[in-house]
Amino acid sequence: MTAVIEVEHLRKTYGTTVAVADASFQVREGEIFGLLGPNGAGKTTTIECLQNLRQPDAGHLRVLGLDPQTEAVTLRRRIGCQLQESALPDRIRVWEALDLFASIVPDSPDWQILMEQWGLTDKRRASFSSLSGGQRQRLFVALALVNNPEVVFLDEMTTGLDPAGRRVAWELVRAIRERGTTVLLVTHFMDEAEQLCDRVAVVDNGKIIALDSPRGLIATHTSDIRVIFSTDVADLSWLEDIPQVHRVDRHGPRIEVEGSGPVLALVAATLVEHGITPTDLRTEQPTLEDVFLRLTGHGVHD
Amino acid sequence: MRILAKLTWVEIKLFIREPITVVFTLVLPLIFLFVMAGVFGNTPEIDPETGMEIFRGVGATDYYIPAYIGLVIASIGVVALPVHLTAYRERGVLRRFRASSMSVWTVFGSQVVVSFAIAMLGTILLVATAIPAYGAALPRSPGLVLAAFVLSVLSFSALGVLLGAILPTTRAAQGLGLILFFVMMLLSGAGPPREVMTEAMHWISDATPLRYVILMLQDPWLGFGWNTPASLTVVGIMLVAALLSARFFRWE
Ligand SMILES: Nc1ncnc2c1ncn2[C@@H]1O[C@H](COP(=O)(O)OP(=O)(O)OP(=O)(O)O)[C@@H](O)[C@H]1O
Ligand SMILES: [Mg+2]
Repeated sequence: MTAVIEVEHLRKTYGTTVAVADASFQVREGEIFGLLGPNGAGKTTTIECLQNLRQPDAGHLRVLGLDPQTEAVTLRRRIGCQLQESALPDRIRVWEALDLFASIVPDSPDWQILMEQWGLTDKRRASFSSLSGGQRQRLFVALALVNNPEVVFLDEMTTGLDPAGRRVAWELVRAIRERGTTVLLVTHFMDEAEQLCDRVAVVDNGKIIALDSPRGLIATHTSDIRVIFSTDVADLSWLEDIPQVHRVDRHGPRIEVEGSGPVLALVAATLVEHGITPTDLRTEQPTLEDVFLRLTGHGVHD
Repeated sequence: MRILAKLTWVEIKLFIREPITVVFTLVLPLIFLFVMAGVFGNTPEIDPETGMEIFRGVGATDYYIPAYIGLVIASIGVVALPVHLTAYRERGVLRRFRASSMSVWTVFGSQVVVSFAIAMLGTILLVATAIPAYGAALPRSPGLVLAAFVLSVLSFSALGVLLGAILPTTRAAQGLGLILFFVMMLLSGAGPPREVMTEAMHWISDATPLRYVILMLQDPWLGFGWNTPASLTVVGIMLVAALLSARFFRWE
């Protein structure tokens, strides 16, 4: 598979703030690649350098084999961008915006289909300023796709969308990829990265600290299984005597046991031995959130 | 070309949907016409004390029509256009355009075409009101007036794009634009006739672009022929403004 996006040793500072310290990664043709990280990690800066909306201080960048800095005009016709921050004129109507942006490229796809897919048909005559946050967001994603791009950049696409809207958006992004479009997705939602991305780069403080498939990240960076149940019994110190148990946490009646290997069976057996038979005993598989905590030492929203 | 046409059409619709700009640009000159033509009528007058002709020896209404056409053009150039462009930059609309490979020439070009359309509309409104209501005359040399009109719009839209390019915020554009507009309205030929102004007022008047636009429009309108010095000044302003805008334009 060829690399559609190449980033080597990208660096970008604003005064004394180092937004991107030294980032290198490649995005392959036809994949959904995620940049996952907390606020201020440098995600937007990274992708806006690729769109030539910001000037990198150093680094080698290629998108579709083109240099964003010197071949921006050619490049921008072949990519689609949903920006984290941008706007449309207040009084422009939804259909007018789609029609306008579709006319930038000679043979753009039918924008009516996009309007339908992104649930904007009811709002076709509504002005931009009258749209809700989620509706604006969907319009921006539709505008990013209106030129039938080979690569699409989505910067926090599902911010402001309700749960149903998010699921629809994920389905549509998968459909875009099925057509062969490469997707570079910026998000700070763990579930979005886990559900949607083929590979994820975890970004923190301007550095890429891990890069793999979501499954791969979880397998490499977490080992513990979490066993969860509820009980009123106060003293559970005997659970810690099981060698495979690494930690026992208590949140009111809810107990979380972390451990490895056959920890579920061992915990279950020991509980029964002590006369405790919880009805809600279950395991939780580690998620990207655990990977993130492990790698950065803090949560995504701290 | 297709995108320029599309953007221009959208911009015209956006202009029409903005009531404040419509009133300011198109209705205000009509109000001036109503007041000035009402007060001064349209008979040529001579100052009884000095024996001097005021209003260049023509009726006041005829004198003011080309001046108000200039006023419409100036209000587009120093108020509507800079406010529009700075708001676009401030809100991230230009950023959105840029990311979609809209070129700076498309953005500027559409503004110039829209300026023409609005100025034309304003002119038609003025003339169509003044002729039946105040017995105003049609222009004496329509061809020259048209040429002067084209140069005026080009010059003031270049000035507007320049203000939009260099002013940092919408507030700055509104503040400066309104001051420029009112100073020019009062002193450049759309206010009291030049003959009754003081020396100091003449100096300020001569420093404003609108003065030359009004002279360039007024001379052929009243049958005094083409005003070469005024038209050269207007073209000069246009070239300098266009060069500076290309140099200082920023998307964000
Ligand atoms: N135009 C700017 N001027 C100065 N500092 C900036 C600018 N843009 C970003 N920064 C700083 O650079 C750092 C990275 O910002 P960036 O927007 O790339 O983060 P992000 O990962 O996209 O965050 P978020 O999840 O909040 O969108 C932050 O510390 C931010 O304050
Ligand atoms: Mg961001």
